[in-house]
Amino acid sequence: MTLTFIFNVVLVALLLTVATWIIVARAAFSAAVAFVAYGLLLALVWVELSAIDVALTEAAIGSGVTGMLLLGAASRLRETEATAVPAGRPLTSAVAVLCALIAAGLAAIVLFPPSIVFTLAPQAMARLPESGLGNPVAGVLFVYRAFDTLLEKVVLVLALVSVWSLAPDRFWGGVPGLHVYQQPNSVLTLLAQLLAPLGIVMGIYMFWTGANNPGGAFQGGTVLAAMWVLVMIAGLQNVPSTDRRALRYLVVLGPSIFLTIGLAGFLLANGFLAYPPGYAKPLIIVAEAALTLSIGVTLGLLTAGPPERVAR
Amino acid sequence: MMNAITLFGLCGPALVGLGLFGLITNPQPVRKILAFNILGSGTFLLFGVIARRGAAAGLDGDPVPQALVITGIVVAFAATAMAIALLLRLFEETGRASLNSSNPNNASETTDAS
Amino acid sequence: MMPSAALLTDATTAEGFLLVLAIVLPVIGILLLFALGGRYIERIVLFLIPAGLGVAAAVFTAVWRGGQALVYFVGGWEPPLGIALRADGLSAAMMVTVAIVIGGTALFARQEFGQPRGRPEARAPLVFWILLLAIWAALNIIVVGDDLFNLYVALELLTFAAVPLVCLKGYEDTIKAALRYMLFALFGSMLYLFGTVLIYGAYGTLDIVLLAGRVHAEPVAWIAAGLMTMGLLAKTALFPFHLWLPPAHAGAPAPGSAVLSALVVKGSFFLIVRLWFDAMPGLMNFAAAQVLATLGAGAILFGSVLALRQQRLKLLIAYSTIAQIGYLFFIFPLAAIATAGDPWSGFGWTGGWMQLFSHAFAKAAMFMAAGLIAETLGHDRIAEFGGVARALPITTFTFGIAGLSLMGVPPSGGFVAKWLLLQASVMEGQWWWAAVMLVGGLLAGGYIFMVLGKALSSTDVPFEARDSVARGREFVALALALCAVLLSLVPLRPSEFLQIGRPAVPVVAPP
Repeated sequence: MTLTFIFNVVLVALLLTVATWIIVARAAFSAAVAFVAYGLLLALVWVELSAIDVALTEAAIGSGVTGMLLLGAASRLRETEATAVPAGRPLTSAVAVLCALIAAGLAAIVLFPPSIVFTLAPQAMARLPESGLGNPVAGVLFVYRAFDTLLEKVVLVLALVSVWSLAPDRFWGGVPGLHVYQQPNSVLTLLAQLLAPLGIVMGIYMFWTGANNPGGAFQGGTVLAAMWVLVMIAGLQNVPSTDRRALRYLVVLGPSIFLTIGLAGFLLANGFLAYPPGYAKPLIIVAEAALTLSIGVTLGLLTAGPPERVAR
Repeated sequence: MMNAITLFGLCGPALVGLGLFGLITNPQPVRKILAFNILGSGTFLLFGVIARRGAAAGLDGDPVPQALVITGIVVAFAATAMAIALLLRLFEETGRASLNSSNPNNASETTDAS
Repeated sequence: MMPSAALLTDATTAEGFLLVLAIVLPVIGILLLFALGGRYIERIVLFLIPAGLGVAAAVFTAVWRGGQALVYFVGGWEPPLGIALRADGLSAAMMVTVAIVIGGTALFARQEFGQPRGRPEARAPLVFWILLLAIWAALNIIVVGDDLFNLYVALELLTFAAVPLVCLKGYEDTIKAALRYMLFALFGSMLYLFGTVLIYGAYGTLDIVLLAGRVHAEPVAWIAAGLMTMGLLAKTALFPFHLWLPPAHAGAPAPGSAVLSALVVKGSFFLIVRLWFDAMPGLMNFAAAQVLATLGAGAILFGSVLALRQQRLKLLIAYSTIAQIGYLFFIFPLAAIATAGDPWSGFGWTGGWMQLFSHAFAKAAMFMAAGLIAETLGHDRIAEFGGVARALPITTFTFGIAGLSLMGVPPSGGFVAKWLLLQASVMEGQWWWAAVMLVGGLLAGGYIFMVLGKALSSTDVPFEARDSVARGREFVALALALCAVLLSLVPLRPSEFLQIGRPAVPVVAPP
């Protein structure tokens, strides 16, 4: 039993404890706070699984922006908790047994893995030098399965439109109702002033280094989004109104540039989302830069919510 | 003798079971959304174990599942944002945040066009 | 066990780029609309709808002439590393159906969701058109996508576009319906994703064509298929997962309901078929097929009976959707376990898809008609429909012929579909499905004539028509209903077009 193994056992035990707490806690707010811790523990697990890119994404999105969303929602809905009627004892026990059975069944699949282990690592690594990238995960995201990444960006835009569509007609184009705690000289203001510049630099670095090391547009963009939301919550920056042209352009900048590069592949290279030989890495960096910006703005706006007051 | 990877591999289904339980039994939508996130993270964890088992060619893990998990995490966040926005809007309209089984026949009739 | 029949050897075909175009055109529309805003809606949509129709027609023609599927490897990367797009006869027919229904919806919705000139950008118009284009893009990916994870992203896109359509009008019950739909859909997506994870873990690829060669009947495959099917069933609103559908489809604005009932629920159904017939052939057995079809039968009976009890027209039509979706699931026992030859040349295969196409046209027309009636009367309470036929003769006629297709009365696509399915069930010796279909037809007749009877009756209290609806919109609805009738021209035998590109692999495990 090495030290690492003991560490992993403790990590898993903590993770499951926090997860159980999230499910059974009385108040939604404490469950949401636990969720932030859960995200960080989960990021540690991803590090132990040698998936640093995923760990970064999980920490930034799972703990970061999802945590902010859930905390905000839980605090706004605090007064409704008294009226919730929990399910009866027998039903809860029955469901618990069912879920335990399902978990056991899935665990059995894990414990008896298939005899042949298929893996795409060799193929991914073999073709990676053609694109000039050093990070195989970036290779999958932007070269082999770039179509998924493009669609995912469209999904984000749709999610933003959906969230905005919930605003009443009169508030369309207005300012999102992000809760701003404008108290100068408070801890929050200090945190925002100190952390934000660091976070922005870190976000840009994460995007830049993602070509060869863990990181990339999604991780960097999410960190930028989290910093932006922090700065807005602390009142250091005004929440922008949603009809500002610049905002709209920033959101579509990433997918538009990526799509343009992809379509240019019809003329300059093998086809859609193919890169001309030798130009792959610069094109990918350009696309990732635009995507980092777009992801940052989109995720920040998704966290800010639908417009709740008229633009000044 | 179990190794760490198998340990994480069992953690995944445990989280799936927990998340499923929370999703079905907890009446409040915001708790369902939390449970859904746990369910999702359990699924991704399983994918991560599969990736780790696919270590080859000098890599510590199969990069394809890792990339798919990143995509999945982003999509799951977008879904959470939408669900929360819907829930908060419902709360603003009705002052309640629950989906008690409403009889569709009792739904108020629309009085304007279509 | 898996036969070693020659599988499809794929390579990018010449017209494969059309598949990319079909997906990219709506995406360009979404980005342009979002960035440029309300003023450009007319121009962008007016260009994209015909362009998309043209691409769909081009794909159809290419498949027809070539007699083989169109294939495209995105980025030039072959599966399992890359993502493939594949359009066989079935996909091409689906693309054309989707394009026509979306085009009709766009024409119908121009008045209701037109951006008023000179006024600042309004919420509902911009959101509606972006959602419509997103649904179109998502459905195109679903019918041509060959990669299970790519299909997952497409499913999410479809959900994120369909849910806000439900609560576009912003009333309290529509928001509740949208939230319930969202929770069901998320649950379904999670199950689908989990199945995908299991499949990659077991077989190392997510490409459907490659999986067909690697999958064999073992517990992992069964569990994965079961989970994914359950998730997709929740999205298709098959009984007993139908709870979310009636308030959602009834609460959406009329063009939204048309697209939701006609197309969106068919997307997840299409994937269930792809899963069992293409990705994991040999897994389907008699019992599983009977289970799926039994749920379908339950949907037919349950949905039809509940439709009879509805007092509001839009809810009646929504329950009718639940019932008609049930017919689709007869494709499993009637095509998957065909006793002679391959499944595609049987009556069940063609019958099931004819049911999907004709229902798409008929249901879209029906919801549009309901919308027009509600606009004229100011409500949609069936009991007070007296005099509607006199006020809106074209719309009532549209409702009538759409209803005939749902009942399965000739001449209509619905008749062709049900006749083929009846033939198949008799030929397979599973006559019980025939009995269910006949009862379903009778019940459909019940609720259709309930509405028509009221509409045709005269009223003592003449109502003031609230808004005179534009003739153009009435004709759009009529045109879609006529499409359902036009499908009756399809011959009453297995379609050769729907067999193009189908693999030569038997679907069911030999006994």
